[in-house]
Amino acid sequence: MASHAPAAPNNTRYFVPDPSAWPFMLTAGLALLIVGVWSYLEDKSLGSIPLYVGGLFSAFIIFRWFRGVALESERGAYGKQVDMTYRMAMAWFIFSEVMFFAAFFGALYYARTMSVPWIGGEGAKGVANIQWPGFEASWPTNGPAALGGAFQNMSAWGLPFINTCLLLTSGITITMAHHAIKLGKRTACIAWMWATVALGVVFLYCQVIEYIHAYQELNLTLGSGVYGSTFFMLTGFHGMHVTLGTLMLFVITCRLMKGHFKPESHFGFEGVAWYWHFVDVVWVGLFIFVYIL
Amino acid sequence: MFKSGSMARAAAFAAAALMSGAAWAEAARSQYNLPTGVTEISREVYWLHNFVLIIMCVIAVLVFGAMFYSIIAHRRSKHPKPADFHESTTVEIIWTIIPFFVLIGLAIPAAGTLIKMEDTRDAELTVKVTGFQWGWKYEYVGEDYEFVSMLAADSNKARQLDSGVDPKSVPNYLWEVTNPLVLPVGKKVRFLITAQDVIHAWWVFDLAVKKDAIPGYINEAWTKIDEPGTFRGVCAELCGRDHGFMPIVVQALPETEFKTWLAQKKGVDVASLGKAPPVAESVPVATTTDAAASPTDAAAAPVQVAAATPAAAAAKALSKDELMASGKKVYETQCAACHQATGLGLPPNFPSLVGSKVATGPAAAHITHTLNGKGLMPPFKSLSDLDIAGALTYQRNSWGNKASVVQPTDVAAARK
Amino acid sequence: MATAHAHDAHGHDDHHHGPEKGIMRWIKTTNHKDLGTLYLVFAFTMFFIGGLMSLVIRAELFQPGLQFVDPEFFNSMTTLHALVMIFGGVMPAFTGLANWMVPMMIGAGDLALPRVNNWGFWILPFAFTMLLSTLFMEGGAPAGGWTMYPPLVLQTGNAFPLLIFAIHLMGISSITGAINVVVTILNMRAPGMTLLKMPLFVWTWLITAYLLIATMPVLAGAVTMLLTDKYFDTSFFTASGGGDPVMFQHIFWFFGHPEVYILILPAFGIVSTIIPTFARKRLFGYDSMVYATASIGFLSFIVWAHHMFTVGMPLAGELFFMFSTMLIAVPTGVKVFNWVATMWKGSMTFETPMLFALAFVFLFTVGGFSGLMLAITPVDFQYHDTYFVVAHFHYVLVPGAVFSILAAVYYWVPKWTGVMYSEFWGKVHFWLSAIFINVTFFPQHFLGLAGMQRRVPDYNVMFSDFNMVSTVGAFAFMAAQFIFIGNMLYCMFAKRSGQVPDRVWEGAHGLEWCVASPAPYHTFEDPPMVGADGEPVKGSHAAAAHH
Ligand code: HEA
Ligand code: HEA
Ligand code: CUA
Ligand SMILES: [Cu+2]
Repeated sequence: MASHAPAAPNNTRYFVPDPSAWPFMLTAGLALLIVGVWSYLEDKSLGSIPLYVGGLFSAFIIFRWFRGVALESERGAYGKQVDMTYRMAMAWFIFSEVMFFAAFFGALYYARTMSVPWIGGEGAKGVANIQWPGFEASWPTNGPAALGGAFQNMSAWGLPFINTCLLLTSGITITMAHHAIKLGKRTACIAWMWATVALGVVFLYCQVIEYIHAYQELNLTLGSGVYGSTFFMLTGFHGMHVTLGTLMLFVITCRLMKGHFKPESHFGFEGVAWYWHFVDVVWVGLFIFVYIL
Repeated sequence: MFKSGSMARAAAFAAAALMSGAAWAEAARSQYNLPTGVTEISREVYWLHNFVLIIMCVIAVLVFGAMFYSIIAHRRSKHPKPADFHESTTVEIIWTIIPFFVLIGLAIPAAGTLIKMEDTRDAELTVKVTGFQWGWKYEYVGEDYEFVSMLAADSNKARQLDSGVDPKSVPNYLWEVTNPLVLPVGKKVRFLITAQDVIHAWWVFDLAVKKDAIPGYINEAWTKIDEPGTFRGVCAELCGRDHGFMPIVVQALPETEFKTWLAQKKGVDVASLGKAPPVAESVPVATTTDAAASPTDAAAAPVQVAAATPAAAAAKALSKDELMASGKKVYETQCAACHQATGLGLPPNFPSLVGSKVATGPAAAHITHTLNGKGLMPPFKSLSDLDIAGALTYQRNSWGNKASVVQPTDVAAARK
Repeated sequence: MATAHAHDAHGHDDHHHGPEKGIMRWIKTTNHKDLGTLYLVFAFTMFFIGGLMSLVIRAELFQPGLQFVDPEFFNSMTTLHALVMIFGGVMPAFTGLANWMVPMMIGAGDLALPRVNNWGFWILPFAFTMLLSTLFMEGGAPAGGWTMYPPLVLQTGNAFPLLIFAIHLMGISSITGAINVVVTILNMRAPGMTLLKMPLFVWTWLITAYLLIATMPVLAGAVTMLLTDKYFDTSFFTASGGGDPVMFQHIFWFFGHPEVYILILPAFGIVSTIIPTFARKRLFGYDSMVYATASIGFLSFIVWAHHMFTVGMPLAGELFFMFSTMLIAVPTGVKVFNWVATMWKGSMTFETPMLFALAFVFLFTVGGFSGLMLAITPVDFQYHDTYFVVAHFHYVLVPGAVFSILAAVYYWVPKWTGVMYSEFWGKVHFWLSAIFINVTFFPQHFLGLAGMQRRVPDYNVMFSDFNMVSTVGAFAFMAAQFIFIGNMLYCMFAKRSGQVPDRVWEGAHGLEWCVASPAPYHTFEDPPMVGADGEPVKGSHAAAAHH
């Protein structure tokens, strides 16, 4: 690594870590996981062992990796420049996540404004309707073949609205936590963080309830045509991101309790905060485009 | 080139019209360039293509000319002392603007042609084209007449892995079909293009029509053919194993010929309900065997058929051998493309007929399956009762299958 | 982990004067030069696998009729050939070059995130092992074309999930790599290395990285929808459920078109670096080159549907995408003109890198012209899915992207290994490549115009002659590449370090030429002070990078 003498926070030399086996092991873990999923989806020959082993192993390595990074950071190996690296990297990573969601929002937009009207006999390519006599464009829809059978769509003003409030509040609480750490009020910060974690967990709980409701009472499933597809794809991937975010919040809170982070340098904290806000914004998008409109 | 070509075709057509059965003359196709085609649009496209090509060549000559001049004149041995200029706003602006105007010059005619191509209004005939793995179904909308068109038998035999058949010995190798699409000359024909399973694309070179066939959706296209003749095309979107083997043949007839052709076509099916023509003459019947060998006979075929349906030969039951004989031919042209000559099919898409439930089970089910189609399999309503009866009898009694004989009357009954 | 503790334990100067030994060095390395080498070797291997697949294709197409393979297997070859060449060959090769050169060009000690860099590389061998393993599966390898259009691709057998997950992995690899490059360029430039002083290779890679981060996730999303459509009965791409197969094409090409510029922008950078060196004259219009690159990057996001003119878009859409596509000719033209203007009144010599760079300018432009023809929608109806398209994109990809990679390798290999390649064999390699690539792909223009469609294992006899020529060219071109292998092995293993001067090419400028050849394992740990000429100010640390 580039910093010869144990590095000082304001070291000029850029921190280059020692050779590390984590990346390779992580990849191996992921590969095993994938083989597991593959065997689950296609030829069942391998059973579920690779899936679990691969998953757990990957999780373990990720934990080790991040722990290592945390320790390096606490040791003061990272100077200003490294801090900036992490900020930029995180920002660009979040941008890539935005584009990932963009694909699904794009699908929703296309289905609503093009494909469904067309097979419904409207717009420039309305002739398609002669393939589907009697089908009229509407939203939500499960298509001319009414895939998955009749269903009701999820109303915005029940659980989804509550969830919106939960996430928006969590946005506030994490900001409070941030202010607290900046002022060096560690206990306050920790309290706000627990609040945020709690809100995240409750959100996920509501999401689960909502899904059960959808499947059992509304007969709204992944199979409910393009509405069901976009609905569950968008909310589902968002849900995964919330889960991840909550996990990260939890880790950060534990680190705070272990005395990590300083009022002037705590990017680990801020990075997670950014991520959380991103998840927050995506939800607002979902609430408007998937639930309300 | 186009003019003379058209004369040739016209002449050939006249001749052909006299002694029906003779093949149309086809304009030789360029090995190097787009076909001029036989529609106003195709000629505009051809013109546009040459126009763009020439402009590209001009720009190429200028750019590469400068480049190679510099390579020769400014090599170190000739030009030891490099100049040291490295920018010039004026020059840079100039060579940003000029290409821009060139592009506008290209865009205007292109847009014009494009707008014409997309205008499918007031067509005089509408044909629905449905692609499937691997063939085409044509439906004359409002005429309730439809039929299926697949790779012709001889091409199909030759294209098998190590078939031992030399493609050069097969006329129009891979460009021949069982039944060509017959269209009237000088009428605006509108196509409604769709697909049954995966995406295909319906493309006929000389009409400059290429549109994707998308399952569940319908694309519109149109053409207005100037002169009679046979025009060929292929499926132009990867659609699986036999993407390369689902050609298109369009046969343009003068309007009157077309009308009689269509009438007789429909006549055939109506007529043959119940009373199948005697085997001997019925072998070259309508849509199947002969037409397969050379679609150009299609126009002529009905004539023979019309002749070949004396009320006399009413519902006489045919012997198994007769049915097997005619059925074999029908099978090879209509069924073998998917179910293979061996009857083993191409699982999973095309199930084997050897010992299969349908092919060895109750005849009734087998017949309806054939008439209405199922999954990838298109309906074969358009075949005559005799052809279906033969094909099914053949299926039910070949490759070790042992099941009942199917009589044309059974098929006729099933149609009701 | 142990290593992480090790930090506190000792001052660890030890590993510093050189890499670890043995295989572990390569598995664990965080060094940008090691990883650059790994990337290049990997890309090289993939180029050959993809090349062999293309030879299977060409062999089957040597004559009409089916001689060697089943049509289904032929389609698998086409599909894998493309995926291997693009995601396994060109992209990793460019990333490898970025690994080696970007830090050296901007005076950084390494990439910003060395461990992530290692991860990004090691994902690739796993991903491609998965992808290629499908060749041995029941139901065969993916055969739906590299564009993976549904519903066809959903007919894939056991291989399907692995295809999707392999793409996901490649996506992760590209994104991590791209983030690394962006952050390195934005955050780790040596003092004095202002943005507008950066070498063009760095600039083009900056924009490429941006395109990668913006589009790779979209591809991931698209294939994820394929996965759920097949296994979790969603109906994004099924009309009966209100979806649309064409929707996939829109999402795919929203990725796909920027992707093709991802495959060419770094090449522009390489050529813009090499031509001035051998013309002994500064690059003409540096600023306009930067702006042109940026506008190409921008335009590439609004032209995607030119791959879909025949799907039956509403007229307005077809017109818009025709015009926007044509526009790209303008900034690309600026580049071509600038290159020619750089040669103009220069003092040129023609070493192998220069030869490949010049061939690039010539042949890429030819490919560009055919591209512009394809942009003319009404005519594209005739061109679409014919060999004319195949000819177009091989002109921009092989004598385009691949030639630029070859040029770059010849140009920098003496800096990497300290050994000068054999100029004679380099020239032989060039001339054989340049001749046979045209023998291979030029006739395909005619085939396409005359009506031979893509992705077919067999064709009408009228296409026999040109296909025969094309196949001969392909085998000869592939054979010529073995000269390249020989030349590279010589550079890597003929141990004669220090044989070449620091500034390998007398006309070359930039930081990378101010460090020893071969470049020491660690360069610019202490950032140099960069002067107006883009080279270290005397007495700044750069010297320290010497032994
Ligand atoms: C490196 C990759 C690369 C590059 C750089 C390009 C560059 C371009 N491509 Fe190409 N393209 C591909 C890779 C690439 N393409 C691939 C892989 C496919 C097929 C995908 C598949 O279906 O499998 C494809 C397909 C493709 C199509 C779809 C064809 C079809 O399927 O029907 C089209 C249509 O518009 C197109 C257009 C263009 C244009 C206009 C450019 C322009 O960027 C070119 C601009 C350059 C010039 C024009 C030359 C230099 C300019 C001048 C000298 C200035 C003066 C010139 C004028 C004023 C005209 N390309
Ligand atoms: C970068 C991409 C790339 C490259 C390099 C190539 C290279 C070649 N391609 Fe291919 N090709 C595609 C991308 C590429 N292709 C794509 C996208 C398709 C469309 C697929 C589809 O339809 O789905 C296609 C399809 C395609 C077809 C049409 C198949 C069909 O439609 O059925 C054919 C047929 O001739 C063909 C031939 C060849 C040949 C003979 C080469 C030869 O040039 C190969 C010779 C070998 C090499 C070029 C490797 C040598 C390189 C080096 C030695 C550099 C190493 C350098 C270092 C890293 C150090 N390719
Ligand atoms: Cu049908 Cu290709
Ligand atoms: Cu494109």
